[in-house]
Amino acid sequence: MEKMSRVTTALGSNTISGRTMFCHLDAPANAISVCRDATQVVVAGRNIFKIYALEEEQFVEKLNLRVGRKPSLNFSCADVMWHQMEENLLATAATNGAVVTWNLGKPSRNKQDQLFTEHKRTVNKVCFHPTEVYMLLSGSQDGFMKCFDLRKKESVSTFSGQSESVRDVQFSMKDYFTFAASFENGNVQLWDIRRPDRYERMFTAHTGPVFCCDWHPDDRGWLATGGRDKMVKVWDMTTNKAKEIYCVQTIASVARVKWRPERKHHLATCSMMVDHNIYVWDVRRPFIPFATFEEHKDVTTGIVWRHQHDPHFLLSGSKDSTLYQHMFKDATRPVDKANPEGLCFGLFGDLAFAAKESLINSDANRKPYPGGDRRYPIFFFKKADPTEQFTHVSSVLNVFGTDLESNRMDWFVRTAQLYLLSGKPFAELCDHNAKVARELKRPRVSTTWTMLRIMFSDPANLTAPGLNHSHSKLGNLPLMNSFSMKDMGTGMGAEGRLERSKGELRQDNMHLEPGNLHINNNNEENEETEGSEGQAEYMFGDAELDDDDLYSMEHDNQMEEQEYILPPEAFPLRHEIIDNPSAPEHLQQDKADSPHVSGNEAEVMCLTPIESFSLISISQPLFSPHLPASFFCPIVREMLSYYAEQGDVQMAVSVLIVLGDRIRKEIDDLTQEHWYMSYIDLLQRFELWNVSNEVIKLSTCSAITCLNQTSTTLHINCSSCKRAMSNKGWICNKCHQCASVCAVCHHVVKGLFVWCQGCSHGGHLEHIMNWLKISAHCPAGCGHLWFSFSV
Amino acid sequence: MNHVNHLLSISWFPEPKNRGVCLQCSGNSGVRIPRPLGNGPSRFIPEKEILQVSKVDARTQSIFEDAFSALGRLDNISLVMGFHPQYLESFLRTQHYLLQMDGPLPLHYRHYIGIMAAARHQCSHLVNLHVNDFLQVGGDLKWLKGLDEAPQKLQQLGELNKILAHRPWLLTKEHIEQLLKAEEHSWSLAELIHAVVLLTHYHSLASFTFGCGIMPEIQCDGGHTFRPPSLSHYCVCDIANGNGHLNHHDDLLRNQVSVCGEVEVLMERMKQLQECRDDEEASQEEMATRFEREKTESMLVVSAEEDECVPSRDISRHFEDPSYGYKDFSRRGEHVPTFRAQDYSWEDHGFSLVNRLYPDVGQMLDEKFQMAYNLTYNTMATHKDVDTSMLRRAIWNYIHCMFGIRYDDYDYGEINQLLDRSFKIYIKTMVCSPEKTTKRMYESFWRQFQHSEKVHVNLLLMEARMQAELLYALRAITRYMT
Repeated sequence: MEKMSRVTTALGSNTISGRTMFCHLDAPANAISVCRDATQVVVAGRNIFKIYALEEEQFVEKLNLRVGRKPSLNFSCADVMWHQMEENLLATAATNGAVVTWNLGKPSRNKQDQLFTEHKRTVNKVCFHPTEVYMLLSGSQDGFMKCFDLRKKESVSTFSGQSESVRDVQFSMKDYFTFAASFENGNVQLWDIRRPDRYERMFTAHTGPVFCCDWHPDDRGWLATGGRDKMVKVWDMTTNKAKEIYCVQTIASVARVKWRPERKHHLATCSMMVDHNIYVWDVRRPFIPFATFEEHKDVTTGIVWRHQHDPHFLLSGSKDSTLYQHMFKDATRPVDKANPEGLCFGLFGDLAFAAKESLINSDANRKPYPGGDRRYPIFFFKKADPTEQFTHVSSVLNVFGTDLESNRMDWFVRTAQLYLLSGKPFAELCDHNAKVARELKRPRVSTTWTMLRIMFSDPANLTAPGLNHSHSKLGNLPLMNSFSMKDMGTGMGAEGRLERSKGELRQDNMHLEPGNLHINNNNEENEETEGSEGQAEYMFGDAELDDDDLYSMEHDNQMEEQEYILPPEAFPLRHEIIDNPSAPEHLQQDKADSPHVSGNEAEVMCLTPIESFSLISISQPLFSPHLPASFFCPIVREMLSYYAEQGDVQMAVSVLIVLGDRIRKEIDDLTQEHWYMSYIDLLQRFELWNVSNEVIKLSTCSAITCLNQTSTTLHINCSSCKRAMSNKGWICNKCHQCASVCAVCHHVVKGLFVWCQGCSHGGHLEHIMNWLKISAHCPAGCGHLWFSFSV
Repeated sequence: MNHVNHLLSISWFPEPKNRGVCLQCSGNSGVRIPRPLGNGPSRFIPEKEILQVSKVDARTQSIFEDAFSALGRLDNISLVMGFHPQYLESFLRTQHYLLQMDGPLPLHYRHYIGIMAAARHQCSHLVNLHVNDFLQVGGDLKWLKGLDEAPQKLQQLGELNKILAHRPWLLTKEHIEQLLKAEEHSWSLAELIHAVVLLTHYHSLASFTFGCGIMPEIQCDGGHTFRPPSLSHYCVCDIANGNGHLNHHDDLLRNQVSVCGEVEVLMERMKQLQECRDDEEASQEEMATRFEREKTESMLVVSAEEDECVPSRDISRHFEDPSYGYKDFSRRGEHVPTFRAQDYSWEDHGFSLVNRLYPDVGQMLDEKFQMAYNLTYNTMATHKDVDTSMLRRAIWNYIHCMFGIRYDDYDYGEINQLLDRSFKIYIKTMVCSPEKTTKRMYESFWRQFQHSEKVHVNLLLMEARMQAELLYALRAITRYMT
């Protein structure tokens, strides 16, 4: 206590000042240490051992301790420490296993004082006792810690960790006799300096090496450790069992950790590899660094607070051969850059929004969806703490629910479940999917499927039964089918050219035609009408007709003209088309000469199969029943892209799978992969695992199919002894019991096995399902309440 | 034929009754049954001894079973490693992870990289093994015609492969940059790490394969014959090296007669070193010279047999520039720069980098290195309760020394005391040009030691080499990143 006050007065009389500054060293630094009065810093490394004075504006080199023509390996330092009581005394740990002390009071150039070569391997750390002048502790790669009395030539005691290399040793600040040692195997040991035979306490702090540890300067029980597992942990050592009270996850293995003076919850860390920054954390807020120093260009190897009672100056040495003094006020504050508002969509379209309360209140008209708005204000209170730098903040969380039918994704789920993607002939798949879409009131999609079937089916197959069109009641089934095929086919062919080719006049004409020529079926066929209309919307989508009203108007028109009857003229037409052998050439010509016209004409035809007949008479020579399937590919490609861009990636992928080789080569692999990924992602969000798996299986992209080969490991526990099963097969090699016994019928389960992830009990799927109707508890009688299962 | 090959791979199980059954059932169908060439998995070690191990030790048996069920075969390498089940477990786990589990590279790339690496050392055994695997996972047959037929991306890896295999100290960040910044054919960091781990794994495994004289797998080319068993069958390699089976017994006899007391001498030296270490403190200059001397000397240790091994089965097409090998630099005035182990160690730096870019693999490699380094049964030949840590460390550091890696805290004078010339020749050959390893070399070092102990040495050599290569590669990557 007396010492404390002395230091404080020293600080009071001689206030430290300075600025952020740096100086170039000749070589990379391995460690730095600062003398008690914070006026000088020593830098040690493989090829450097110098003392710098800290002046107001700059570092000034005071002394080069690396003397001699050919410096020995004793100068190659892994660590350095300046005594905190005796200002002429330094100790270094050499990579060759020597522990060296240096006396700055020596008159000669060589300040080397004592040399201890007792360690057989590299010494990783030296540490002076905080109050005892002659006591020095070292920790080495050979697994030993040694305590030296500087008045003697040899170590006074040796501590064997009985495990791997010692990475750090630290005397406790408060307990005179205690020191902590951290080890390469993840352990931390606590020793009493008087008892070299056995450690007082040991616990596993990290997986992998614990590179560093640091006692809290004020709090007796707190020890911070940093490890290769990228974690910084704070342990409360006052209890019987070391208790982890804080844990900070960093982004790289932690090389050094140092508590910040005068700030109870702050500590500074730097990393061993990859990351060059120094972070200061508030351990209570482990997710974002409190402050960051980003000056170094290579890994930081040593950090030290300049004065043990001043939290504003941090010194650091680095592999990039620079020595920095960082002013705390110049630090980057990542918190300032963090977004304080959160926004997230829920699975069912709900939207959650969290922000500072003040922000919300100031904006009074933030109630956009009357009725759909549920407010759940949540307040975060904090006790006001005078040392606390954080302001009192309360946040508000708003949840906006959307009940609007339009936003519901039921159709997606239903479609995903009902679509058939494989296992039947192409035409049947298309028909099935068209039917599904129609039933879900998605006429446009339905029509697309029908069109696809027509485009890519063999013409010979077209008349086959199963191409069930809603026009069948007209009694001219085969005829109608072939009819619409041609219409749509040409329509699709022209679609791409739609936009640029459209003349005003033509367009007007188009809108007129539906009105004039609408033939309609009976009311029962409303569905089909809708489908056609939907198709029209799609076709016009590229033009300017986004307005729904227009279509509803058309719809009205259709209703009015219900008595229209299909003119018989349509039928002969068909024969003409088929019999016209020169059609393909004609088409080619036409394409070259005047694509505009054919485009428009065909376009209109698609509106409904029936109205198209009038147009056929115009563009009649264009038709050929033998158009090669590849002719449609560019159009289909555009259509798929269109669907994908509209957000209906489901359609794009489903068509891609059903068409298979017919279209695959037309679309570049990256796009395909992108669609697949999006669709699979969506499916998985809706927990449609089976469908997503089917899609993965059916996809032809190598990047997608390999998704099924990853993460296929299932870790299981033995149901009788509860330990992890390492064996293949179902016999647990720990307790030699069969692990797959049904908890209900006590027979071995073959085939589908369902079990609880909590208690490892399970059994036949049927038995368990029946059981769960009766009870929610585990049938094995272990008292576990069942929640989650896996098969 | 494929079918028979498959059966063959199944049939070779170290459980005689299984083997009998498999071969019998295929025999009834009137198919020509290939016969294995040579006896057992290794040319150097009698089959009897290897099989005994797997029968006695339940743990080995269960590891074999696991490996067999995972791979559908049990290769000769695993059988020989069966002497050291703890290590084998760790080895198989790592290899399985590298080849089959989550990772940035596609499966066929992994096998192809394995082929590239093994081909660098003309290791037909590994090449054949992975050609089969490569085709099985859907690799393109065309690639096997040579590296020119493989994608540009893999071709670029050729240079790295070459340098890593023979002169890893020449690796610079420019090499890494070339790979990472090659427009469309560029590698990602994660992929590169995966590739580097695979390359080093197979370079060192090639060392092991030659060092233990692993026989070709029966289902691979050169691993079987259709000749009836009555005809005497030689292994082609044996003939080439002048080590027919007839010599075998002579050698054994000679061994038993000629050398005795070798082990005792070695143990005596270890004891002396242990005791006198503190008395005589060598000066720093002396230590440095000792390291340099070992390093230079390691260059000069060359096998007596300089005859060029003819690369069998046009393996050379898998790599370019076949003349590029480990050359004796000091002779030609070239110098291996010193790499300070304390400045870039596996535990601190290498691990962190690997684990960052290729999660879990760092952990597995770490375990494997530790396992190899710390493995001991406290025996030496017939002596029990011997602390072999000194010897193991000498071997490990000697190999790193050959690669220019220096430990500040090691007195390289120890190496000279503990490793005799024939052993050094063996180590040097195995690590630097494994394809030149001969049975004579294998037999001429440590003649009183058991085969299992020699396999142990091989494991040490293999892991030390892998770590040395990895350290150079990872250091280059780290330098590129900073």
